[in-house]
Amino acid sequence: MSRPRSASVVLALLRAQLRLELRTFESLPAMCLFSVTAFLLFHFGLDVDSLSGNLASGVLWVTLLLAALLAINRVYVADAEQGGFDAFVLSPAERSTLLLAKTLVLLIYLAAVELVAVPAFAILLLEPSLWQAMPSLLGALVLGNIGIAVIGALVGALAVRTQARDLLGPLVSLPLLVPVLLGVARWTAPLFDAPRANAVALRWPLVLALYDAVFGLIAFALFDFLLED
Amino acid sequence: MYGKGLRPLSLITAASVALTLAAALFWAPNDAYLGFLQKIFYVHVPLAILTLCGFVAAGLMAIAHLRTRDPRWDMRSYVAIHISLIFGVAVLITGSIWARGAWGHWWVWNDPTLVSFLLVMLLYATYQPLRFAIEDPERQARYASVFAITAGAFVPVNFAIVRLAPAYVHPRTLSNISGNLPGRMQVVFYLALLSITLLWITLWRFEMTAKHVAAQIRQLRRLMGEETDEAPLRRSAAPSLTHVGSVS
Amino acid sequence: MSAVALRALTRRYGERTALAEVTLSLETGQTLAVLGPNGAGKTTLLRVLATLLRPHDGELEVLGHRLPAEGWLVRGRLGLLAHEPMLYRELTARENLRLQAKLHGVATDRIDELLAAVALERRGDEPLRTLSRGLVQRAAVCRTLLHDPELLLLDEPYANLDPAARLIVEPLIGRSSGKTRVIVSHDPQAALSEADLVLGLSRGRAVFLAPPAELDEGALTRLYE
Repeated sequence: MSRPRSASVVLALLRAQLRLELRTFESLPAMCLFSVTAFLLFHFGLDVDSLSGNLASGVLWVTLLLAALLAINRVYVADAEQGGFDAFVLSPAERSTLLLAKTLVLLIYLAAVELVAVPAFAILLLEPSLWQAMPSLLGALVLGNIGIAVIGALVGALAVRTQARDLLGPLVSLPLLVPVLLGVARWTAPLFDAPRANAVALRWPLVLALYDAVFGLIAFALFDFLLED
Repeated sequence: MYGKGLRPLSLITAASVALTLAAALFWAPNDAYLGFLQKIFYVHVPLAILTLCGFVAAGLMAIAHLRTRDPRWDMRSYVAIHISLIFGVAVLITGSIWARGAWGHWWVWNDPTLVSFLLVMLLYATYQPLRFAIEDPERQARYASVFAITAGAFVPVNFAIVRLAPAYVHPRTLSNISGNLPGRMQVVFYLALLSITLLWITLWRFEMTAKHVAAQIRQLRRLMGEETDEAPLRRSAAPSLTHVGSVS
Repeated sequence: MSAVALRALTRRYGERTALAEVTLSLETGQTLAVLGPNGAGKTTLLRVLATLLRPHDGELEVLGHRLPAEGWLVRGRLGLLAHEPMLYRELTARENLRLQAKLHGVATDRIDELLAAVALERRGDEPLRTLSRGLVQRAAVCRTLLHDPELLLLDEPYANLDPAARLIVEPLIGRSSGKTRVIVSHDPQAALSEADLVLGLSRGRAVFLAPPAELDEGALTRLYE
């Protein structure tokens, strides 16, 4: 008896999850719609027509973080309600393949949302040009997304089989995500300064990479315990 | 047995706390800048240290629980988080008073220690609701341990990261102690740290004993047939020890 | 060698005991029928055998491996057909089975063969949500058999099936499949007719354990009282 190859299991789980999303459209459209609506809220709430610097960076990242919660809350629901968890546990596949598949799903969702939300933000609210911020912003998006996806995949599994999953998911994941927010928001704030500021400090990319790695390891070590009964 | 040695420990703790109070109020010199208000420092800082150490200890106990599957480790972890949460509320209150006295505001954002402490407290505030939302006691215990380990690791990491944010005003206690604090203040601070540590341990042991007695009483009731297996399962956020073979 | 061996197996749910010191052994190729009123612990027993629940006390050996320590060695060799189909409603039967094949690391060639065997090949590309309970149950039978398990754990396998569908499924999971089987049933007569061994559970305890021929009528009626 040998275990199935983990790469093919991850791929199969990923394909099934994306297919489910394409049939039901439970997460992605809601996330995009939410982001654009949030920009509108900030426009009216702050009574500003354009943002730069700290404020721009904060508005963008808080919006993306809250949009991500919508996906974190939904990403395991089909497995919990339709017995996918049991079917998975009954197979000889490595348990952590499910964690990896869900992390990748969240990464894909986040990238898709940002494809809509970041240009929308640039058009609606951002004062300086998006292009000047570009290479660094992409780096922040990648490292920020990894942090959100890893923590989301762990906390989502923790919350989904409780009786208050819609509440516990956000309440547990938001404090854990604050360091990610701190890292990306401080990183990108100077990029959004109207007159282009000097070079970005190297510490935020390092902090983010370290945080992503620490929680990646924690999630990997603890995920198995969330599956058994 | 959990009750054993609790009486002498309680007496020592009470004496130590009394001694600390007397020393802090009458023996330690008044701070030149803050005056009498500075004395809250002897409560605030040790409480904060014990809260955070308690959270980390709870994470280590949770690791022991997942490794051994012994529900008693889950109970220890649960009680540690419970006591630390109570200490943590006291830290936020004393911290606020200090901030008001020292900087004129009840809350200051440019102090990373205070901000990360609030963040840690917000995270741990979800521990009890998480437990309560899971009916199966065994899964509750396991999920709670996963939470306790994740959050326990979050505590030091979070403090390190938030501290990277520039501009802070908090007195750096540890460097102060080694360097700038006058001799008597230093002695009183360490005395306070010792008393608060004893207090944490005593409270932890009291709650552990109470939980054990309650479990033993329930088991006796069941043996006497007063409570049958058909009794409806109580929904609770507290761990139960009844699925250990025997409670003793 | 026995395919399933339990000694004083106990599983608790909080303060309640779901299974209390159940002892039995089942030879390879034989069928065990588990009977009992609602809440007797039948489903718990099946989930423990399937490695989904850990035993709290006692010893458990499935297909020559001790559980829960060697769980993953057993997982690919048993098939559980439970109340829930364990299939995604928005995916088609074929998509669901393809995912299962990947999870078990088996070839996908058998999918069409199995779908044909349960007369589902024409509707294999419709989302399960659009199929009736009975058709979904047939897809679940395919899921259970896809990796060619040696041991079948069946929880009321015919519950949603009409007589015709039952005849279709029977060669696959019935006695003639030749596999070792544990069946939980609410239909004592049907269970007796195809079992080699009958276990009566009540409040988690084994009330009787005997071949059907040795059971008297009284034992059955007392079980459901």
